[in-house]
Amino acid sequence: MNTAAAGAGSAPTLAGPPTWADEVHALFKAANIRQIAIVPDAGHSRLIKLCEADKAMRIVRLTTEQEGVALLAGAWLGGEKGVLLMQSSGVGNCINMLSLSLSCSFPLLMLVTMRGDHGEFNPAQMPMGNSTQAVLEAVGVICKRADAAEEVAETVSGAMRLAFNTYRPLAVLISQKVLGAKDFRSLTKVA
Amino acid sequence: MKQTLHRRDVVAQLLEERGELLAISGLSAVFDITSVADHELNFPIWGAMGGGAMMGLGLALAQPERKTLVVTGDGEMLMGLGSLATIAILKPKNLYVVVLDNEHYAETGMQESHTGHGVDLAGMAKAAGFSHALSVDDQAGVSRLREMIYQGEGPLFAQVKIAAEKLPMVLPPRDGSYIKNRFRIALLGPSAVYDE
Repeated sequence: MNTAAAGAGSAPTLAGPPTWADEVHALFKAANIRQIAIVPDAGHSRLIKLCEADKAMRIVRLTTEQEGVALLAGAWLGGEKGVLLMQSSGVGNCINMLSLSLSCSFPLLMLVTMRGDHGEFNPAQMPMGNSTQAVLEAVGVICKRADAAEEVAETVSGAMRLAFNTYRPLAVLISQKVLGAKDFRSLTKVA
Repeated sequence: MKQTLHRRDVVAQLLEERGELLAISGLSAVFDITSVADHELNFPIWGAMGGGAMMGLGLALAQPERKTLVVTGDGEMLMGLGSLATIAILKPKNLYVVVLDNEHYAETGMQESHTGHGVDLAGMAKAAGFSHALSVDDQAGVSRLREMIYQGEGPLFAQVKIAAEKLPMVLPPRDGSYIKNRFRIALLGPSAVYDE
């Protein structure tokens, strides 16, 4: 699905060329997603900006990712849909809270930007990043991976329909191949 | 210090003649809210410790015309302290969080919690930016709290000091899908379980 097909006519625009984030924002809009729960991550920064600029969406800034799982269960209880944006390190914080979604059949869509994945620089990111999918699947969350920028919107579209049509948590894992891996050594030099 | 308020009395006073109030409870308070009534606009959380206040926030944001009351215990609130910050910056006028503070983990063997060692939950909520944050330890305070919930605006946080007592459980249904759909139908109408 492309941006125009998702009805982006009324969507806010940002500087810079559109990316998968613009397509995903349009998907959110078309699906009437209202609550955007975030723990910021560089990979999500454009999508967060698009949602912040959209008056139909409310950003909920979390102190830890598990808050978002409970938030969106409450949202669904009250008749609203939302999404949870996080980095893979945050998945570990969510596991017990996911019992709420799983035991009550709450729909939940999580977009997870991967670390500890393709070309990672930081050793601390490896244990959680490398086990993100296994841990999610072990607790009962279906995972769909997007390994290229052009796959992200279609993967999100399918996962979103699965989550809200079949009442279960879904995670879209957005590969570091899409996001790029930072080599911190390049950041030690003043530009 | 020996507390004179009893949890079931406090919850009964807060939930009687509740009108359109929506109620969510953390595990220890599940049995208290159910002792008043297995109400269709109750959502008792059987687990997911630390999520009570956040679930209340999601519901309150989705239903701005209704009041949402979260009733939970000190241990459950301690596990979700960050949610005080998350709620405070959004300032939902229709969200009220009441912590039944017995200073113990009553479900797991009455081990002491942090609140009996000086941790001031109401002080933390106030520092986070809650419009109203109070500690209550007597009957007059409970009456005032009820008035603040039903007549006043949130976000409100109340820490109600109660006696540490182990009471017979009053069980709501355990099937989460049933509790969820019963709540949604009562709130949103029968269409809630059909397609949009």
